[in-house]
Amino acid sequence: MSGRQHAGMSPGTWLIKGARPLGGDPADIVIRDGVIDSIGDGAAPAGAQVLDAAGLIALPGLVDLHTHLREPGREDAETVETGTRAAALGGFTAVHAMANTDPVADTAGVVEQIWRLGRQAGHCDVHPVGAVTVGLAGTRLAELGAMAESPARVRVFSDDGHCVSDAVMMRRALEYVKAFDGVIAQHAQEPRLTEGAQLNEGEMSGRLGLTGWPAVAEEAVIARDCLLTAHVGSALHVCHVSTSGSVEIIRWAKGKGWRVTAEVTPHHLLLTDSLAAGYDPVYKVNPPLRTPADVAALREGLADGTIDCVATDHAPHPVEDKETEWDAAAFGMTGLETALRVVQEAMVDTGLLDWAGVADRMSRRPARIGRLPGPEGALAAGLPASLTLYDASARDTVDPRAHASRSRNSPFAGMELPGRVVATFLRGTPTVLDGKLA
Amino acid sequence: MNRHLISAADLSRDDALLILDTADELARMADRPIKKLPTLRGRTVVNLFFEDSTRTRISFEAAAKRLSADVINFSAKGSSVAKGESLKDTALTLEAMGADAVVIRHSASGAPHRLAGWVRGTVVNAGDGAHEHPTQALLDAFTIRRKFGRPGGEALDGLRVTIVGDVLHSRVARSNVLLLNTLGAEVTLVAPPTLLPVAVGAWPCSVGYDFDAVIPKTDVVMMLRVQQERMKAAYFPSVREYSRRYGLDGTRMAQLPEHAIVMHPGPMNRGVEIAAEVADSPRSTIVEQVANGVSVRMAVLYLLLGGAEAQA
Repeated sequence: MSGRQHAGMSPGTWLIKGARPLGGDPADIVIRDGVIDSIGDGAAPAGAQVLDAAGLIALPGLVDLHTHLREPGREDAETVETGTRAAALGGFTAVHAMANTDPVADTAGVVEQIWRLGRQAGHCDVHPVGAVTVGLAGTRLAELGAMAESPARVRVFSDDGHCVSDAVMMRRALEYVKAFDGVIAQHAQEPRLTEGAQLNEGEMSGRLGLTGWPAVAEEAVIARDCLLTAHVGSALHVCHVSTSGSVEIIRWAKGKGWRVTAEVTPHHLLLTDSLAAGYDPVYKVNPPLRTPADVAALREGLADGTIDCVATDHAPHPVEDKETEWDAAAFGMTGLETALRVVQEAMVDTGLLDWAGVADRMSRRPARIGRLPGPEGALAAGLPASLTLYDASARDTVDPRAHASRSRNSPFAGMELPGRVVATFLRGTPTVLDGKLA
Repeated sequence: MNRHLISAADLSRDDALLILDTADELARMADRPIKKLPTLRGRTVVNLFFEDSTRTRISFEAAAKRLSADVINFSAKGSSVAKGESLKDTALTLEAMGADAVVIRHSASGAPHRLAGWVRGTVVNAGDGAHEHPTQALLDAFTIRRKFGRPGGEALDGLRVTIVGDVLHSRVARSNVLLLNTLGAEVTLVAPPTLLPVAVGAWPCSVGYDFDAVIPKTDVVMMLRVQQERMKAAYFPSVREYSRRYGLDGTRMAQLPEHAIVMHPGPMNRGVEIAAEVADSPRSTIVEQVANGVSVRMAVLYLLLGGAEAQA
């Protein structure tokens, strides 16, 4: 995939001075021809541009397994251009674009279109996710093989937004993708148990009179899918795990040696259902915000590796879809531009994860789950120079109006969070410098 | 007191007593030949009803008119709302018309919260989804206080109130649990387990499944309406079984203590949650509840809109 066009700067020679790779001791990183040339105390190569990165943490470029770019179909909410700008500003060098567009990404034609739009935008790699079933309708398998063989090289398949609830359909999908090392990313939500569901079923939903979204509706599907995955010897990825019970089930399945992986969103690591008390739909999301006990279990699961990675579930919505009564509002939150900062707040500043752990959960593991072709997710000489420079000592209040995303539905608006993404490099080309698009 | 009345939880014990005492004074006026007070002259109250509810709307309308307010009735049917206008745009329209108070009934829980963020006027919740209906709870508390002969200034301490039926979907139950608890009553909820919220244990009340066990220890029994659609969604096996286990018929009524009263917020399903002979018995306060509704809503509008301020 090298040789792509980028609208901004071209890959040159860079000397990144004094950055701390994975939070370790300061070192100079030399980038040449899109590749990390050396990490150490490098003498400046001739003609190198120098970036003073003293005190900044260097991480491999972040990989998001779960992004809604909304194009084609809802360009009023987000486009590939605006969504990938947001991704770069958040420190990402690759995103997986979810399939619930209009038309649905359920054919080789649509996934190839999205992939090409990503290449044109050039702010980060865009890996389309293919739909599991035609039109996300759950009744007929989409042409998974054709999507896998298209230039978009699809490996992750998901009906996200909908659950593949039919057990036979899920079994067939898991079996079928074995032929090309694919993975089914399941949005685990038992549909009958969640008809009209609005908020985590518990004390808050009862008090607020909002229809409950019970934890069991997620956990029951995850348990079933783990068993199916074991039975057919395939690979399952669980999207946006949100309950402590789900963490336990996944821990059990992994203990059996089954090929099950899982993600958690930044918002589920930090926010709880008590935020719904004022009925502001900026806190409406699917799966819903849960309880403090769930947040604690998710953090613990991410720390011990039961949950493999953080994925944003970046879900932009235009303002009119959120400025409504709760029931009428759309589900979803933006997250690309705040993800790393939230992970610092929830995981690093709490002592649960070090920066090497963050690199593992936000770059190396999601890259592996996404079957990305290159040796992504690491910082070492000889590897593609996709990396992020992050100032962990910065701190400010989140203002969605300043975001590059076309939408403003950030649940972190008004919250003070640590950290600032200073620069992002994609195969040696800066996509972000000094916190701004390069 | 808060500027809005959205939840019964917004009311302190003193707030609630002030509303009940004010309603007492205003109720005395209703016996006079001229029922009108000039208090809210020149002020505008909008009844914004997104759900059909003739009785609640008429009650608020009568209350506002008796206080000499200008009343605008805005019903969602046939209006711009039916044409897809958002709640926010409707709110901005009302704002432009200079509404001093908006009385809102909406099928979505929390709609009054949203509205309060978009208008400058006072918002009064006239029932939102399965959330709350605070003026219903106030009129119920008012009715209980009168029936038990408690004078002004007194609360409901020690009275045992049993609320029976579809608590899960009931805004009346939520508001009553909160308000009656604030006023010192001991509330017990009785329902099939399917019609109770899963975390009802955290509410300030007792919970039971056996109506017959609670009846002899009840001073006030409040029957909730069972919506037709619950019957189709497996909340209970059949209407007859519901009625046998959780309906109030003559036999059960006979097990109540001598002094106990029977309440229902209306509209009733006679023969389902309440037998006709109970609804029409002298213990029933159903008609009084309607009459008291006007006095209580007058008190709410009077106190929230601040009569003195209006005249200044």
